[in-house]
Amino acid sequence: MEYLPNITFLLILVAGIGYFARNVKRLYRNIKLGKDVNVSDNKSQRWKNMARIALGQTKMVVRPISGFLHIIVYVGFIIINIEVLEIIIDGILGTHRVFASLGVVYDFLIGSFEILALLVIVSVVIFWIRRNIISIKRFINPEMKGWPKKDGNIILYIEFVLMLLFLTMNGADYQLQNIDALHYVKAGSFPVSQFIAPLFSEMSEDSLIILERTAWWLHIVGILLFLNYLYYSKHLHIVLAFPNTYYGKINPKGQLDNLASVTTEVKMMMDPNADPFAASTGENTGEPDKFGASDVTDLNWVQLLNAYTCTECGRCTSECPANQTGKLLSPRKIMMDTRDRLEEVGKNINKNNGELIADGKQLLGDYITTEELWACTSCNACTEACPVSIDPLSIITDMRRYLVMEESAAPSDLNNMMGNIENNGAPWPFNQMDRLNWKNES
Amino acid sequence: MSNELRVPTMAELFAEGKQPEVLFWVGCAGSFDDRAKKITKAFVKILNKANVNFAVLGTEESCTGDPAKRAGNEFLFQMQAVTNIEVMNAYEVKKIVTACPHCFNTIKNEYPELGGNYEVVHHTQFLKSLLEEGRITMEGGQFKGKRITFHDPCYLGRANGVYEAPRELIRKLDAELVEMKNCKKKGLCCGAGGAQMFKESEKGTKDVNIERTEQALEIKPEIIAAACPFCNTMMTDGVKNKEKEEDVAVMDIAELIAKAEDL
Repeated sequence: MEYLPNITFLLILVAGIGYFARNVKRLYRNIKLGKDVNVSDNKSQRWKNMARIALGQTKMVVRPISGFLHIIVYVGFIIINIEVLEIIIDGILGTHRVFASLGVVYDFLIGSFEILALLVIVSVVIFWIRRNIISIKRFINPEMKGWPKKDGNIILYIEFVLMLLFLTMNGADYQLQNIDALHYVKAGSFPVSQFIAPLFSEMSEDSLIILERTAWWLHIVGILLFLNYLYYSKHLHIVLAFPNTYYGKINPKGQLDNLASVTTEVKMMMDPNADPFAASTGENTGEPDKFGASDVTDLNWVQLLNAYTCTECGRCTSECPANQTGKLLSPRKIMMDTRDRLEEVGKNINKNNGELIADGKQLLGDYITTEELWACTSCNACTEACPVSIDPLSIITDMRRYLVMEESAAPSDLNNMMGNIENNGAPWPFNQMDRLNWKNES
Repeated sequence: MSNELRVPTMAELFAEGKQPEVLFWVGCAGSFDDRAKKITKAFVKILNKANVNFAVLGTEESCTGDPAKRAGNEFLFQMQAVTNIEVMNAYEVKKIVTACPHCFNTIKNEYPELGGNYEVVHHTQFLKSLLEEGRITMEGGQFKGKRITFHDPCYLGRANGVYEAPRELIRKLDAELVEMKNCKKKGLCCGAGGAQMFKESEKGTKDVNIERTEQALEIKPEIIAAACPFCNTMMTDGVKNKEKEEDVAVMDIAELIAKAEDL
C-alpha cells in the first residue's frame, strides 16, 4: 500500500506517454503517405534555418505584439518544463522536491519558473482577449468557425489552468514550509506564490497537504493530457515547427520545382533519335505518374508535414492579396484542408487494418475548390509571412498542375494564353517573327 | 530617335564571329505590349549610351514559359524552356539581363536544372553595376526632390530578394524615395502574377491592383516607380481607375534614368 502513489503515478505516466507515442507513430505514417522528396541537401543551411526560425522565433516578431507574447509563452513552457523532470522523479521515487539540495540554484530555478508562469498567464489572457473580445480579423475568417476557434481557446484554457495549478501547488507548499510541516523541506523561492499563500493561512496542515497534493497531481496529469491533446489540435506546432523549418524551402521563393516526369517526356519529344515505341518496353511498367495533385497522397511528405505544422495563426491569409480583396482563397485554409483530408485518409487506414479503401473523396473539390486555386497570384506573401516555413503556394501549384494537365480544366482565358504560347511563343496572339518590330517603331 | 537605336541580334554578331558581353532578354511584354515596349527602348537607349556590347535574340526569342508554369502547364513550360535553352546554349550565352522579373526568375532559377546555366541579372541590378563601374553617370535633373515610391515586383523582391538595386537608383536621381505601408518583404502584389495577368480575376470585393494603387496614392507620390512590365500595366490601370493619371505617373526605373539623362 505504501507504494500505491508511486505505482499509480508510473501507470499514468506510461499510459500518457504510451498513448502519445501511438499517435506520433500514426502521425509519422500519415506524413509518409506523401511522395518522397529529396531534402538531404544543404544540411548546414537547414540547421541554421531551424535554429533561427523555430528556436530563435525570428519570424514571429515581425508582428511585435503577438510575437513578444508568443516568446513569453514559448520560453515559459520550455523552461517551466524543467520542473516536470523533478515532478516525474518525485512521482516515481516518492520523494518531495528532489532537487532541493541544489540550494541557491534551486531557489533561482523555482523563482524563475514562478515569474514565467505569471507572465504566461498574463500573455494567455491577452491572447484570449485578442481572439474573443477584440476579434482580430485573422482569427474570425470563415475557416476559423467551429472547431478551429474552440481549439484555439481550449489551448489557452489548458495553459491558464496548468500555470494556475503550478502556482497553487507552490503557494500551498510555501505555506506548509512556513508551518514546518513534515516532509516539506524549506527550498525554493516563491516570488509569485508567496502572494497566494496568505489565502491558505486559515487552512489546517492536513487541508494544505490535500491542496498541495491535488494541485501537484492535477498539474502532472494535466501536462500528460495536454501532451495527448496535441495530436488532435493545431497545437502540434510546438513539436513540428522544428522539423518543418529544417525541411522548409531553401531555394529562392520564386523557384518552383520542375516536374521530373515531365522532363523525361519533353526530352523524348525533343530528341530526334528517340524511338516513340521504346517507352513502354522500359522498366516503367507501372501506372504512369499522375501530373500534379488531386489528393493528399499526390503531395510530397514535406507538404504534408507543413499541413500538420500549421497552427492556424492566419498571418499568411492576412497578407494574401487575394484574400485581402475578398476572394475565396485563404492560404491557411489550404493548409487546414490538407491536414483535415490527411486525417480523414489516416482514419480510413486505421479502420481498414492498414489499407486505404477508396472513399470517393479527394482534396480537390471536396475540400479545396478550383475558385480558390485560381485566385492565387503566386506572390509568395503567404510563404514570407509564415513563422514556421510552411509553403501553401506549392500545394496550390500542384493542384493547378492536376487541373491543367490531367483534367484540361483551366479557365478559358488561360487556355487562350497557353494556346498562344504554344503557337507563337508569346501569351498574346502576336507572331514570333514580329518580336523585334519595336526596334523600328517610333 | 528610335531610328538611332542600335539593337544587334545574336545571329548578326554570330555571323561576324562576335560574342556580346550580355544578352538582353526582352521578353514577350517588352516585345509586344505597347507600354512595355517604351521600357524596352528606354533601357536600350541607356545601353547604347553606356556603349554596352549587348545583343537580343530577336525572332529567336520565345516566351520563357513562366505564365504556363504558374498556370499549371508544366509541359508547355518545359517545352518552352528546353527550346530557349537550346538556342541560348548554341550561342554560348553566359550572361543575361532582362527588364521582366518573371523572365528573370524563370531563367535564373528554373532553367539551370533543364540545362540552362547563365548569370542572370535584372535590369535594375545591371544599371546599378553600370553606375558603379562609371559607365553611366546619373544626375537627378528633372527628378530632383520629386516624391517617388517604388512598388516591389513580387518576382524581384520576395521571390529573389532584390530590394535595394532599384531603390538605390531612385536615390541617385536625387528624388525623395517614399515607402508605402507595405514594402519590400511585405510588398503587396499588383495582382498580375501567377498567370492572373491573362485571366479575369475571381469574384471578390475589389481588384488587387486597386488595393495596391490605393496604398501608393495614400503617400501622395508624384511618380510610382515600377520594375516589371506587368506591375506597370496594373498600376497604370489602377491610377486611371482612381482618375489620378494627371498627377501621378507610373514609370519604369529604366525610363526614369533615360529621361533624367535626356535620352
